[in-house]
This record gives sequence, structure tokens and C-alpha cells, in this order.
Amino acid sequence: MAHSQHLAAPVGGRLLNNATLVAGVLIAIMAAVLLARFIFGLGAVTHLNDGYPFGIWIVVDVVIGSAFACGGFSVAMLVYIFNRGEYHPLVRPALLASLFGYTLAGISVIIDLGRYVNFWHIYWPGYANINSVMFEVAVCITAYVAVMWIEFAPVFLEKFGLHDIRKKLDKALFVVVALGTLLPMMHQSSIGTLLVVMGTQVNPLWQTQMLPLIYLLTAISMGYGVVLFESCVAASGYRRKIETHLLDPMAKVMLGVLAAYLVVRFGDLLVRGALGEAFKPTFVALSFWVENFCFAAPFLLIGNAAARRNPAKLFLAGVAIMFGGVFLRLNGFLIGYDTGPGWNYFPSAPELLVTIGMFSIEVLGYIVITRTFPVLPREEAYIKAHA
Amino acid sequence: MRADENPRRNFLKGCVAAGGVAAASAVAPPVAARETRQRPPEALGLLFDATLCVGCKACVAACKQANENPAEFSTVDPLWDTPLDTSARTYNLIKMYRHGTMETKDAETNGYAFMKTSCMHCADPSCVSACPVSAMTKDAATGIVEYNPEACIGCRYCVAACPFGIPKYQYDSAYGKIGKCELCRHRTKDGHYSACAEVCPTGATLYGKTADLLAEAKRRLALKPGSIARFPRGNLSGGPDQSYEAYAGTYKQHVYGDTEYGGTQVLKLSAVDFEKVGMPYLPPEAAAAHSETLQHTLYGGLAMPVVVLGALTWAARRNVHRGGDSNGDGGSKEGEK
Repeated sequence: MAHSQHLAAPVGGRLLNNATLVAGVLIAIMAAVLLARFIFGLGAVTHLNDGYPFGIWIVVDVVIGSAFACGGFSVAMLVYIFNRGEYHPLVRPALLASLFGYTLAGISVIIDLGRYVNFWHIYWPGYANINSVMFEVAVCITAYVAVMWIEFAPVFLEKFGLHDIRKKLDKALFVVVALGTLLPMMHQSSIGTLLVVMGTQVNPLWQTQMLPLIYLLTAISMGYGVVLFESCVAASGYRRKIETHLLDPMAKVMLGVLAAYLVVRFGDLLVRGALGEAFKPTFVALSFWVENFCFAAPFLLIGNAAARRNPAKLFLAGVAIMFGGVFLRLNGFLIGYDTGPGWNYFPSAPELLVTIGMFSIEVLGYIVITRTFPVLPREEAYIKAHA
Repeated sequence: MRADENPRRNFLKGCVAAGGVAAASAVAPPVAARETRQRPPEALGLLFDATLCVGCKACVAACKQANENPAEFSTVDPLWDTPLDTSARTYNLIKMYRHGTMETKDAETNGYAFMKTSCMHCADPSCVSACPVSAMTKDAATGIVEYNPEACIGCRYCVAACPFGIPKYQYDSAYGKIGKCELCRHRTKDGHYSACAEVCPTGATLYGKTADLLAEAKRRLALKPGSIARFPRGNLSGGPDQSYEAYAGTYKQHVYGDTEYGGTQVLKLSAVDFEKVGMPYLPPEAAAAHSETLQHTLYGGLAMPVVVLGALTWAARRNVHRGGDSNGDGGSKEGEK
């Protein structure tokens, strides 16, 4: 039976091409900026200040980056928890993107930490503060990175023919899968809770006890959005067939989660009486409407079944939901965060180059691994060419 | 045929999972809000009376000296210590409120006023709740909010959390520290107290137990504006009497720090609206209490995660392997070999 079930296969092809070359250059630039950061301090390369102590290395690379990396979690949940085995071909590519997203979020935290040598304190009894939301986020993300590497290990074990280890791992895989579903639920919600202790400094539009649920629901729907995006990009980049038969029903699941989210979001705003903030003539209010327009756009784009079979519309819906999540997080952590007059923040060029470099690692890693390891669903065209 | 080959074993495992869920639900603590904490009875603090402050900034200089902090410059010629805000190297600053012609001291219109900016030593501090590594702690007896750079990882969550913008980070250092007022706790063993209060010539900054300071503040609010009254200087809760006679100010009838976020150990009196002199409106419940209520409702005793993990494991146990027994399109990881 083993011969009839080749689901995933390496894409193959050259590793050195324009895309990997550009990514390599951007990564080298990032390395140079980071060298300056470690020699001269955070202030030498970033625009961080005491009014905005969290910049894009935290808000984009960690808060947004980890939400983008929820594809693996969202799809695995569908397949293994809700037993929708038909989505299985989407698991590995989604998990790969998640693996990179989270691993790099972890690295971003280290480079952003002012006193990085003490990093281990967060895991050490005596130092660890269980009341701190940051503690929960850090421990949970660390655990999830480890769990994901185990979840993804079959890909490497297959490639190197380590079938014995693979079999042993398979026996315990359900525990890993369960943990791999629980941990992101915990820390994605806690990333929202991070804002609660900032109190009145966060605009009422984004300061609520519902933050854990709001961040969790958007992380799940962003996970599906990222899978739509990534499937379309991989299909066009590798000239592969697009998995519309899977993406269509998955997009429907995504719309369901999104609808639940919008009910929670606006219900909460109405109950707290905070919606008035959205009608003030401010940039913050505009940003609120941009955020929610992005979350509503998928209903317009792929609300009907015919539209969901259109790859372009699926792609756009995925992008819209990703932007919605981006704005929700930017709004809470930066745009709607006001620590008093006189403070402002816009990332510096070197700061941006580090974030760009981090995403370049993701792109480079994705290309190298999908070309070398069995991640993407096997394509007949590839098999013929390499038979 | 692997996973489902022994239905009895499967059933038992299911029972174990369900049992785990039930047990976890049983031990789950009742959801209780974490109440806002109050000041410890012997809490130490300061009382700043803006109507007594003459803006001499002796406290700013004394603070620099006591904490061995360097001068910071905001002028073209670096001649004098001229910080524009507190920083990781300036823990105490006198800021000025200006309006219109600035004719009258302590008047909101066409007036000016001074306000001290330094750590408020909250009863329920956001920075302490935020700190993941207990580098920011609150002393159980004195209530002083203390910082330990040896523990600190430099995440700056305390900086983001504080509603007063007090903990500040050294961005210009390769391995920066947080800097903030610790009420000169390092000087008490030599019989000293907060340097800012020690040097204040008018008693605008007064040191003491917060309970005593609060009583003193309320005494001042009850004074008839413009009447002559006695005002203590230095240390209210001990030391020699350094009081003197002065005119009572036209106070706003509120002691800032009495109720804000559950109360602070540094208290303030002002004749100008507190928000106008940079003291934000804060509700009586601390943000730390909201945050920790959420954190412990969701993760207290790890009850909820264990319950959810039990349910997820049960579901995954069935589906990870069941897929493997079906054909390729619904396959599990095992089916892919």
C-alpha cells in the first residue's frame, strides 16, 4: 500500500535562482544591521523610544508574524481535530510556513531583548513571574516551536530514510498534534491579552477583556487566509495545479470563523459603548475602519460558491484577511497606543531591513525545503519530468 | 491496519482521556476576579504639593547625585543638566505647565504651575505584573517598586505597561538597563531618605509613610485657600520638625494617587487640573488586576489547558490514525510513506 500513497514529494529544481538570490542579499543586509545593533545598542539602528518601546521587531515580526504562521495550526486542527482528512495535502506546506514564522518570531524576540544574555530567566523558577502575560506568551511560543519541529520531523525522516524513528514518532504523533493545537490557542489569545495591562493607554476600540478571544479568532482565520495566499503563490511560482477543490471548502470554514469573529468584535464594542471612538475624525478611527473593511472584504469577494472556485478571488480574500489581522494588531499595539503627548514612532530604514530580512529567511527556507523535501502534494508533471 | 487493530485498547485510551478531562474540570478553581491590590500598611512614599513648589529643581539635581546619574543635555551648549523628560538616567523631573500670559502661579488660565514626574509606586503596579522575570518587584513591607538589572531581560514590557511612562530603557547602550525612581532605598541604611524630599526647601516634596502623607494631604484640602497654615518639610514620619508657615493653596479637591489604579504611594496636590499637568485619569481598578484576572481565569492551575488538551488528544488519537487506515486522499502522515 505504501507505493500507492505518495502524497507529498519534493518539487525539485535549482536552488539558486533570482528569488533565492534576492533573499540571500536581503538576509546579508539584515546581518550587517544586526551587527550594529549588538555593538551599539537598539537606539543605534531603531527608532524605538520610551513612548513606543515595542517597535516593528515585536509588533510585525512576533505579533503579526506568529499570526501569519497560524496556517499550520488552523489546517491541522481541521484535519486532525475535526477529522477532515481531505485537507491533508495542505498540512505540510502550512506547517512549514508556520515553522519558519514561529522560529523567526523567536529569533526576533532575542534580537529585540535589551538584556538578551538573561533570556533564560523566563523559564527559570525564581525568576519566572506567572502573573505576567509576557511569561505565558514566551513559554508557550517556545514550547510550540519545539512541538512544530517534531510535527514536521516526518518530512526529514522520510527524506533520509529513517523509517524506524519515523514509526516510533508516528505512535506518539497524536499527542504532538494535540499539543500543536493547544499551544497556539493559548499564546495567540495571550498575545491579545498583552495589551490589557497597558490599560487606558490603548484606545477603547482595542482595549477589552475580550482581547484573548478576538486575537484567537483572527489568528485562526488568518491561518486559513495565509493558506489561501500561500497555495496560490506556490501554484503560480512553481507552475503547479491550484488545489481549488480543497481551498473552496476551506474558504467556507474561514468565512464561518470570520463571521463569528465579527459578531464578537462588534458585539463587544456595542456592549462596552466604545463604538463612538470609531466615529471621531481621527486617524485612529480611520485605521479602525480599514481594519474592519479588510475583515469584511472576504464576504464580498468569495461569499458565493462560484467565486470560491476562482483562484484570483481566493487569493484576494486571503490577502484581505491577512491585512485585517495586520491592522488589528498594528492598531492595538502601535496606532491606537498612546502613551502621552510628544511621543511618536515610525520604523527606521535599518529597522525595516531587519524585518524584511526575517521574511526573506522565510521565503528562502520555504523554497529550499519544498524543492528538497517532500512537503507539497506530488504533481504528475514533476513525476513525469523526473521519471 | 495499525492503530485500530485493538479496539479494546482504543476504548480504554478514550476512557483515560475522558477521565482526565473530568478530573481536570473537577479541580478547576472557580473563576474569581483578582481584586485590585491596596497599599501595604507601612507603605512609604512622597507627597508633592504643586502649590508649594517654586521650580528650583534642587530635587532634580539631588536625584541625579543620589543615583549617580550623568547630566543630560537638551541645549546647544552642554553646560547644565537639562533633560526634557524623565529617562533611564533621569528619574525625577519638575515639569512646567504654561498657559497664556503666564502671569499667575497655579492658575489654569494665564498661569503656570510645576509638577513633579517620578515613579508613583503604585499599590498594584502594571510594571510588576507585566515583568516576565520578576526584575520589577514590589517590596511587601515598604511597597517600593524595585528594579533588579541582574534579573532583567530588557523586554521593555514594563515601559509599555506603565500609565505614567516611568520605567525607561537605555536605548543608547549595547546592553541597556531600565531606570526609574526606587525612593532612594539604597540610602536608608545610612539614615537617609528620598534625596528629592531631603533637599526640597519648601516641603513641596515631602517624604513619609503614605498613610501619614494622605492624612496631611487631606488636612491641606480642608484649609481655607489663602489662609496661613503650617507646612512640614523633609520626613513627615520621623526626624526633626522643619515645618514653617505659608499660605494654603487653592487646591483641586482631590488627592491624586488616593484612588487611581487602587492608589499610589506617591500622592499629589495641585491647583491646576491634574490631566493638564500630565497626570492621567485612571480608574480605581488597576489594569494589572484586569490582566491577571484574564491570565488566571484562562490558565490558573493549568486547569483549562489540561481540559482542552485532554479533549484535543482524544480527538487527535482517533483521527491521526484513522486517516492512516483509509486511502491516500484522506491519509495520515503514516499513509504517506
